Amino acid sequence: MTKKDDQKPIVFEGASDMPPMSASQGSMSVNKTASWRSIRPIIHEEKCKSCMICWKFCPEPAIFPTSPPTINYDYCKGCGICIEECPFDAITSEKEGK
Amino acid sequence: MKRVLTGNYAAAYGATAAKVNVVAAYPITPQTTIVEILSEIVANGELNAEFIKVESEHSALAACIGAQSAGARTYTATSSQGLALMHELIHWTARARLPIVMTNVNRALGPGWSIWADATDSVSQRDTGWMQVYCENNQEVYDTTLMAYKISEHADILLPTLVNLDAFFLSHTSQVVDMIDQDRVDAFLPTYAPEYKLDIDNPRSFGSLTSPDHYYEFSYKMHKAHEAAKQIIPEVHAQFAKEFGREYGMTESYRCDDAEYLLVTYGTIAGTTMDAVDRMRDKGIKAGALKIRYFRPFPSEEVRSILKNAIKVGVIDRMISFGHEGAFFTETKAAMYGETVPLYGFIAGLGGRDVSIKDIESMVDKMQAEDPSNLIWIGVKE
Repeated sequence: MTKKDDQKPIVFEGASDMPPMSASQGSMSVNKTASWRSIRPIIHEEKCKSCMICWKFCPEPAIFPTSPPTINYDYCKGCGICIEECPFDAITSEKEGK
Repeated sequence: MKRVLTGNYAAAYGATAAKVNVVAAYPITPQTTIVEILSEIVANGELNAEFIKVESEHSALAACIGAQSAGARTYTATSSQGLALMHELIHWTARARLPIVMTNVNRALGPGWSIWADATDSVSQRDTGWMQVYCENNQEVYDTTLMAYKISEHADILLPTLVNLDAFFLSHTSQVVDMIDQDRVDAFLPTYAPEYKLDIDNPRSFGSLTSPDHYYEFSYKMHKAHEAAKQIIPEVHAQFAKEFGREYGMTESYRCDDAEYLLVTYGTIAGTTMDAVDRMRDKGIKAGALKIRYFRPFPSEEVRSILKNAIKVGVIDRMISFGHEGAFFTETKAAMYGETVPLYGFIAGLGGRDVSIKDIESMVDKMQAEDPSNLIWIGVKE
């Protein structure tokens, strides 16, 4: 639960602070959702043609369409779809926490 | 303007007067003519609304949820199996605090396949968080539909309302209905302007993952909204009576003041009960009738204050919670906790079986018997 204004998580003191229904604003900018990633995709610039197939396939979306594309590891779950789909083998996986 | 309308048309014209922006409904007997006339009203341009044709009742309520989330005032109607199919979204509507108004034509659930009156369908949705009203006549259907929007949309309530009417006894029976001029409706019911809605300029996510840190409080707030409704509903009724001259309550009592034998009921049986009360009074029996309009929130305090001075109280249910008793009987007993008045439950009229004045008189006879059982079936062919 967050407020858009200050981008800080807010801890509700009680029901009186809360909206009537589950309605949040900008919560994803502070709630990082990649803690369970076990495999980290790495984009290798020398092989990347910036075709943006990885950007199109990323279900999160945790890949941004820069050139070459960049991965936001705050949200990447390590599903490996980008690795599978890259036609140039420009994305490889690395075990997390090694 | 007075018109002769069926209960279904009264519901449809109530929604039309409320100037709903979106109608999504799937036809089911005996609700079908509500959808038919509304599609005609929209097609004729008499109502500036989006009429969404859907493939099921589940989709009908889902479409209303989407539209209402985006700030539209929406309407749908269903019955029996259709209401059952909506069940998941009935919970969703209330927990999302979307003040949708839905008409339910009370019809029995199959098998055996039945299209006739029975309140099992709506009572089965008791714990979803919706407010529920039961109507006795077509004027009440029209007026209740209008008031339901005003009550549901109140900022301190924000809960959907299910407006119930009995299959055929009201849905397909014509009565005189006094319809209110549109400018007077507009003054009574302003445009829907929710504080929380889907808005691309002010994006929010709705209904997202909610941890135990917050779910509990959301539930608490829903219950508080129901409690607030018990205060606000009578205020809206008072405003309606002042503007349009017709009085409503969360309950309606008929000759209850000095009544020794009180019969509690809802829907069309209430009208018959009032006639039966007159007959019994003529015979010297001090009978009275209490019609329950609001099943949720349940007006416990009001029910208790009206019933506590009776000698015996009977509750007539056109439904049965199998393995226990009629639901209105259960609620009435709970409301009477601590009082000493004996209460008896009557099951009557399931699946559209007629409940006659004689049947109702027989209930008082049975209550007067020496040792009546707590749950009495009326008219079972044993």
